[in-house]
Amino acid sequence: MANPLKCDLCSKPATVHLTQIVNNKVHKVDLCEACAQAKGVTDPSGFSLADLLLKASLNPDPSVAGVRCEQCGFSQNDFKKHGRFGCPACYQAFKGLVEPMLDNMHKGTTHTGKIPSRALERKSLYDRLTKLELDLTEAIKAERYEDAARARDEISQVKQTVAPSPKQLSR
Amino acid sequence: MTIASLIGSPSELTDSASSKTAIVLMTRIRLARNLAGNPFPGWAKPAQRDEILDTCRLAVTATAPMKRSLNITIGELTELEKQILVERHLISRELIGAKSGAGVIVSKDQTISVMLNEEDHLRIQVLRSGFQLKKAWNAINELDSALEEHLDFAFTPALGYLTACPTNLGTAMRASAMMHLPALVISNQMEKVVRAVNQLGMVVRGLFGEGSDASGSIFQISNQTTLGESEEEIIKRLGSVLNSIIEHELNAREKLLEADAGKLFDKIGRAYGILQNSHLLTSSEAMNLLSLIRLGVDLGVFPDANRSVIDRLFIEAQPGHLQHAQKGEFEPGLRDLLRAVRLRSEFANFIRPDFTFTTNGKN
Ligand SMILES: [Zn+2]
Ligand SMILES: [Zn+2]
Repeated sequence: MANPLKCDLCSKPATVHLTQIVNNKVHKVDLCEACAQAKGVTDPSGFSLADLLLKASLNPDPSVAGVRCEQCGFSQNDFKKHGRFGCPACYQAFKGLVEPMLDNMHKGTTHTGKIPSRALERKSLYDRLTKLELDLTEAIKAERYEDAARARDEISQVKQTVAPSPKQLSR
Repeated sequence: MTIASLIGSPSELTDSASSKTAIVLMTRIRLARNLAGNPFPGWAKPAQRDEILDTCRLAVTATAPMKRSLNITIGELTELEKQILVERHLISRELIGAKSGAGVIVSKDQTISVMLNEEDHLRIQVLRSGFQLKKAWNAINELDSALEEHLDFAFTPALGYLTACPTNLGTAMRASAMMHLPALVISNQMEKVVRAVNQLGMVVRGLFGEGSDASGSIFQISNQTTLGESEEEIIKRLGSVLNSIIEHELNAREKLLEADAGKLFDKIGRAYGILQNSHLLTSSEAMNLLSLIRLGVDLGVFPDANRSVIDRLFIEAQPGHLQHAQKGEFEPGLRDLLRAVRLRSEFANFIRPDFTFTTNGKN
């Protein structure tokens, strides 16, 4: 190669040259050995040029400029830096940032695939249980004994249908 | 199962004998999953990562296909063992570079691996030799559902499975096939194919060598997007793309034979000679020579049974496997020498090419 290209990430001489087409556009990326290793470029399963381009094409959303995810403390700047989110709840916290990205990135913007139905069913049963237990406490407090008895019956019914409490939901 | 016994037994990929693997060497499907209410691995504190690792290990090892699996943390692996697992496609380089609390669980037959605390809490992968997208999907779907009994995955109806990187949202599935496309490479059609395949929302990458240099003419074709389509739709679309690539490769082979069979046979014959006699072989040259021998098998120059030998060598000529076979450290400069030694001995008894066949009835 006659004129050495510079690494797109750190501007050392680039030795790894990639071409990928994302959404019908040709993207070329040149990386040095160290950055290529760090980005997992030499491992085809672990690398997507889309990820690299993601950071470059990110448009900051002013409405969430000062927002931090309540669950994990992640900020918009953290996303710019890492190209990854902090926790599942970040998708709610940074909705305004995510939604415009999805349009360019994916075939559609709504999930149409597999649903973890067993887990969702379990969660809805637990939610129901929590509500019934609350009802029971309140009914006892208010001395509505008929309601309390009904809640207690329902609780034992629900408990029979659910599997032993998984770790995630027992908190 | 121990790491030593895993390395000692052949990979799923080195065990593919039949002609079903002629063009598609391997099918692979990967699902990313995360535990609800927990920070993603890259953002989690070490104690959280350890807790996530423990939770996932319990759930994964409780499933039927992962009985008697290898269950190990990255910290427990030597550099060489890590490299061998990478060369067998069982772990990613990213997992090696992960912070504390990273691990992997590999099924006894090496067809399933679950990486823990890589970019996502779980990266479940199923490998199958040959063109077996549907079988691979059924296997991974079943394992995923079994894990669901014990784990609450981060999921919303709108965005599907939530992943650390938004490029994986939705199905969080990457389905891919490793294809051997020597005739398309020789006849300079790969660029055209890559462009056409990209237009269909699939990604093509060279498997060996750095970047876009596809030594060995082996390419990985996978889906680019994960949101907005069901798993079955993605697999169906990928399957039809793969079938059309197979057709193009077969056409290209026919054309090469029609136009100048002598030229093609010369390449194959020379590859055979070099593999039998060379004393220095770079990884890239070795892959290219092995690719020509593999094409020879497909064309009937060598017996069908020898294809699996080549597929094994594709993996065993990689640095980690070479070093393991050598039993001990060696200078990187000696690698090309060792590779040549290894291939010379393999090809010393390799059946001689027979170019007297007619192309009728072949492919
Ligand atoms: Zn660099
Ligand atoms: Zn968060």
